[in-house]
Amino acid sequence: MRKKVIVITILFAVWIALYNNLERLTDLLVYSLIQLDKEAPLTSAIHFFIYEVPKVLLLLTLIVFIVGIIRSYFSPERTRKMLGGKKHFAGNVMASTLGIVTPFCSCSAIPLFLGFVESGVPLGVTFSFLIAAPMINEVALVLLFGLFGWKTALLYMSTGLLIAIISGYIIGRLKLERFVEDWVYTIKAGTTEIAEEQLTVSDRINAGIEAVKEIVAKVWIYILIGIAVGAGVHGYVPENFMASLMGKSAWWSVPVSVLIGIPMYSNAAGIIPVVQVLLEKGASLGTVLAFMMSVIGLSLPEIIILKKVLKLPLIFAFVGIVGSGIIIVGYIFNILY
Amino acid sequence: MVSIKILGSGCAKCKTLNAKVQELVAKNNLPAMVIKVEDIMEIMKYGILSTPGLVINEKVKSVGNIPKDEQILTWINEG
Repeated sequence: MRKKVIVITILFAVWIALYNNLERLTDLLVYSLIQLDKEAPLTSAIHFFIYEVPKVLLLLTLIVFIVGIIRSYFSPERTRKMLGGKKHFAGNVMASTLGIVTPFCSCSAIPLFLGFVESGVPLGVTFSFLIAAPMINEVALVLLFGLFGWKTALLYMSTGLLIAIISGYIIGRLKLERFVEDWVYTIKAGTTEIAEEQLTVSDRINAGIEAVKEIVAKVWIYILIGIAVGAGVHGYVPENFMASLMGKSAWWSVPVSVLIGIPMYSNAAGIIPVVQVLLEKGASLGTVLAFMMSVIGLSLPEIIILKKVLKLPLIFAFVGIVGSGIIIVGYIFNILY
Repeated sequence: MVSIKILGSGCAKCKTLNAKVQELVAKNNLPAMVIKVEDIMEIMKYGILSTPGLVINEKVKSVGNIPKDEQILTWINEG
């Protein structure tokens, strides 16, 4: 245990040293060692790539590690216990926030939905959780922070939360319980007897390490491609290529982006290359973030999975309300920026 | 005969856990029967909220993650 803490402290020191000197190291490598021409567009593309890849990977590793440790405190079982019997609004706020930190995979959406509803978590509160959990996650936030700055990341998180809270609240208020498949309320879910195992600090650190291995292994390739594409279009696609289609002046671009995004499915890392290119080439922030939220937050596979427990009117309400929320957020961003 | 059930309908981790348990049982010649449960109604009877679930002799042992080999072997031997 002591050894583990020492190793992690050393790694953290190395991390800080690397992160703070990344720009200098890149300059050294590109201009002094390989001696590339400072003025050539290709050099700036290479510099961009060599600087951004380790930067984003470093950020990702650190955040995923920390979130992995935090998550070991929030099992879905515990989250359900916290949400049971919660009233509207307060429950929606809590569910959306817990959605960020509770481990969630859309393949578990059904057992989770059933388990929540069965144990008395209100329908609207359950939806707040189901909306926030996939849309706002550490990978999306790290990538937005690393590539576009903390303001973009913070805006994405806060508006995502707002959409989850309000959409869940509306769904709860509309009293749509009758559109949940009838069998849902009749099945007898057993109660898990699995004792909440007492995790030691060492176990939690291990959970953080596992999370890093799992997530970095899954997304590094997207990051590499994304940054390579970003570096590539840097010099070769005209600056305002997307402006007429997805720029601020095209008022219809927000709803169209959201509509296109709904049937598409990708994780946060997969969509980032696209976001990078669109922003780089003159698409406006609101339109692009709305597109990203729609791709990650609303997806055809998830809708098909949810069809097993929800009747069509509720599915339409869910997609319609969340979709409208995303469109409004898109417009607000376009006005503010 | 120990009864082992892997609960989970299509997630990547569910497949990994299933393959792992099958392999552990075969490699160690354990007297166990491994079944993969994919029916959601059946899965819900165990009251789990995330998949995969590992059930040994009708007791839920782990939820949402893939336990270490030794841990699984201990559970089976206890079973």
